[in-house]
Amino acid sequence: MTEYIIKNGHVFDAVTGHKGDVADVCMKDGKIVDKVSNSATVIDATGKTVMGGALDVHTHVAGPKVNLGRWYRPEDKFRLGERCSAKIDPKTKIEGGFSIPTVYKTGYEYARMGFAFLMEAAMPPLYSRHTHEEIRDTPIVDEAAMPVFGNNWFMFEYLKNGEIDNAAAYVAWMLRQTKGYGIKCVNPGGSEAWAWGLNCMTVNDPVPYFEITPKEIIAGLITTNEELHLPHSVHLHSNNLGNPGNYTTTLDSLKIAEDFKPNNNFGRKTVLHHTHIQFHSYGGTGWGDFESKSKEVMDYVNKTPQISIDSGSVTLDETTTMTADGPFEYHLGALNHLKWGNVDVELETSSGVVPYVYDPKVKVCDIQWAIGLEVPLFAADPMRTMITTDHPNAGPFTRYPRLYAWLMDKKYRDDLLNSFKYATKVIDATYLAEIDREISLYELSQMTRAGPAQVLGLSGSMGGLAPGMNANVAIYNINPDNMQKGIELENAFARSAYFFKDGVKVVENGVVLDADPVVKKTYWVNAKVPENKQVMHDINEKFLKYYSVNLDNYEVIDHYVPHQEIIEV
Amino acid sequence: MTKTIKNVICTFCGTLCDDLEVDVTDDGKKILQVRNACAIGAEKYLHVGNPGRVVVPRMRQADGTYKDISYDEAIDFTAKTLLKAKKPLFYGWSSTNCEAISAGNVLAEKTGGVIDNCATVCHGSSLLAIQDTGVPSCTLGEVKNRADRIIFWGCNPAHAHPRHMSRYSIFPRGFFTAKGQKGRKIICVDCRETDTAKVADTFVRIKQSYDYEIIDAFRTVLRGEEIPAEVGGVPAEKIKEVIEILKSGRFVTLFFGMGLTHTLGRNHNIDEAINFIRDLNDYTKAVLIAMRGHYNVTGAGQVLGWQYGYPFACDLSRLTMARHNPGETTSVDLLVRHEVDACVVIASDLAAHFPFEATRVMASIPTITIDPHISMSTELSDLHIPVAIVGVEVGGCCYRMDNVPIETRKCVDAPEGVLEDEELFNRITKRVDEILAENGVKDASEYLAKLEQET
Repeated sequence: MTEYIIKNGHVFDAVTGHKGDVADVCMKDGKIVDKVSNSATVIDATGKTVMGGALDVHTHVAGPKVNLGRWYRPEDKFRLGERCSAKIDPKTKIEGGFSIPTVYKTGYEYARMGFAFLMEAAMPPLYSRHTHEEIRDTPIVDEAAMPVFGNNWFMFEYLKNGEIDNAAAYVAWMLRQTKGYGIKCVNPGGSEAWAWGLNCMTVNDPVPYFEITPKEIIAGLITTNEELHLPHSVHLHSNNLGNPGNYTTTLDSLKIAEDFKPNNNFGRKTVLHHTHIQFHSYGGTGWGDFESKSKEVMDYVNKTPQISIDSGSVTLDETTTMTADGPFEYHLGALNHLKWGNVDVELETSSGVVPYVYDPKVKVCDIQWAIGLEVPLFAADPMRTMITTDHPNAGPFTRYPRLYAWLMDKKYRDDLLNSFKYATKVIDATYLAEIDREISLYELSQMTRAGPAQVLGLSGSMGGLAPGMNANVAIYNINPDNMQKGIELENAFARSAYFFKDGVKVVENGVVLDADPVVKKTYWVNAKVPENKQVMHDINEKFLKYYSVNLDNYEVIDHYVPHQEIIEV
Repeated sequence: MTKTIKNVICTFCGTLCDDLEVDVTDDGKKILQVRNACAIGAEKYLHVGNPGRVVVPRMRQADGTYKDISYDEAIDFTAKTLLKAKKPLFYGWSSTNCEAISAGNVLAEKTGGVIDNCATVCHGSSLLAIQDTGVPSCTLGEVKNRADRIIFWGCNPAHAHPRHMSRYSIFPRGFFTAKGQKGRKIICVDCRETDTAKVADTFVRIKQSYDYEIIDAFRTVLRGEEIPAEVGGVPAEKIKEVIEILKSGRFVTLFFGMGLTHTLGRNHNIDEAINFIRDLNDYTKAVLIAMRGHYNVTGAGQVLGWQYGYPFACDLSRLTMARHNPGETTSVDLLVRHEVDACVVIASDLAAHFPFEATRVMASIPTITIDPHISMSTELSDLHIPVAIVGVEVGGCCYRMDNVPIETRKCVDAPEGVLEDEELFNRITKRVDEILAENGVKDASEYLAKLEQET
């Protein structure tokens, strides 16, 4: 394999402690190394920024709801101005879509921005084959997917009875069956209630028939997660998403983590990851007095080391919302009267898909936008605060560069804030105008590289440039000594000067080169537990009586996951 | 000695039953018996060993007779035919696995073709309505476990999806439906009294093609408004009675078929049905599921969806972008307007199902049919390439009518030398690459330009 040495770049890396100082980065055989031979290809990064490959801790890029979004939104491919469809290079495949791009575009666009790893944030277990088929076809980037457990009938029973060993055995079995990565929990109890058209709006609302509360589900899942020593913490999308005044539900959910300590060998320091917290940081009693409560939420996050979050920042685009929170999507559909897609999955979860326009002329959308920026700007610990758009819910992932530019350039975001039709009202309802902080390149490397790697339990191989780590390196045309501002900064992040994936040069000057030599890997966690006859009996019985497929036809076989990176626990 | 293969997935209809038991001979060559399958599914397995199976490609001669040729020759002919065509049509895909569809899409992109699947003459109108309105749906297990109100509209599972009613919709006992059929109310809406209508609790016989009006009346009654004394042949009282039954349910499921998608109104019927279900959610939980016919027509749309963003009628002929404009990029329209100049029919029978005019055009242009069986399409083709039968001789992924993917199983070996669809497409693509390289061109458009220059 070709050796590379990247010379004279300004390196930003929380793992090795580089804060923009000029240093060389060497790559050999797919790994970062201390030094290379004289035959190494030299990449001159003078006046450029060098970082590890980025990780997206929460994104929806593969699976049934994503594909429903593609199916039912032909209009999403018509934005040629956003390069929806134009093929750039004959060696690449045809790309399409804006908010729900095709798998090819997903892989290429993430690579262009310097991303090496994506976490598909919600995989319905019954549809895990589909998710893996899409992951298999997504080029370049490594991926993993988290099966959902927050509305699973088995978990309800085990957690209600306090049978943590059984819950752990079941989760371990499910991770093996689905080739999944960790425990995802979406609207605990509420998605099951949706099967009867109902919901759980607080952490104390009992789930119909199962008589367990969201609070008990979250606590039980955290206990199970730590019992299994999984690399990632419980990944929570809490109840009452998107409603005015919901920050109290969020705080109630976060407080559950106080009683727990991390228990793992992956360097993970948290027990709960609360995702897209922007959607959960709302004050007010209705859309009229809707306001930001990001400070209240982030104050709590900042003082609670067991919690990590990602932002779910709104990008003010037309997009396609999709979540395993079925009742939320129904309510959103009732709110905007656009298309409503819904799929309830037997014994496991529900989900919904609804297009949404975050219109800058609408006050509520602008307040949401401001909250999405306030969350990272209020972060005391960038290693526990990640930047996401909850792609595509708050905006497409292709807007990350714009998001970075807003966070790194106060004038850029203030100019937009002041341009809003209801600017005064938006400013009154939010904190953004008062915040002077600008995220530094080093902090950005923490929020997009070292932080997510640590939170996901992947810090041994990703998120940094220490020797031995995977040779994922992004080089941007950004000179820290004379930083670009605004749109120029955005453009520099959107199209990396170079991106190396596992030591293979994939992108040069923003153009994807031949992606074929890159082996993209799927990560999954093989958690070993003692044989549990009770759980296997329960599984057999439920499959026989209540599933619509046989147990023997449930497992995702290796054929669907050709390049596996198995994390043994 | 025989061996029994359990949990076999039936690759006949969109129900994709996964509990078949197949007895095969010890050498894995012959199927002896099939259990748990419906009559049609069982026949699919049992007929595999029948004599007369085509096992080598057949090229049609000038006199109309067929000549056996090798796979290499067939692959070369196909590659050259596709490259010479300005806009080849790749139609079918619904009776093969997703791996083959994926490999076929690679070939279609390389040669600048149009990919279309059987939805174009089937649930394409449903897909158009979904594009307009969305789709509130669920998996079939949800129906089994929860549904106490079932509507069959313009479909006849008793014949088309024989085990649907026993596995998912009428008879099974689920978690919240312990009484099975006794706990459910079945409503059948159709213009004739089908065998499905005979097992329904309520049969609503409507005038043919009055579906839109009836659904509209349902929605009107649901909203508490008045309707005429009779709509589409159905008395107002009957409509009100049905709405009361539905509103009193806990979980309503509407299954719909060709009787709704292809009567007057087409996609507007489905649009109205989706909105009816959406309205019902104000009162109770309600979902709908399309009765997809071929066992993997759903998968054909899924693969096309994640690769190019559209569920059917996807035009890649510009080589730089995918286009989807039903009415323009749909197979029947392309054929009758003479817009395609070569045709690959794969895993379905174009000639048996398309309008006569479209079939006539297909027969007049170079056509290659890839199918294990002899069909009307193979008889009108220049080349028939036989392949192994998915779910019997090959495994691979297929999608059920509720979009749940299931891995099919191989039961017996294919006849010696017969290729699988996926391998066949990979080899044709490889041959296309070789021809492009031999001519020193980078893609199909440059190849065509070179051809035009030479002539």
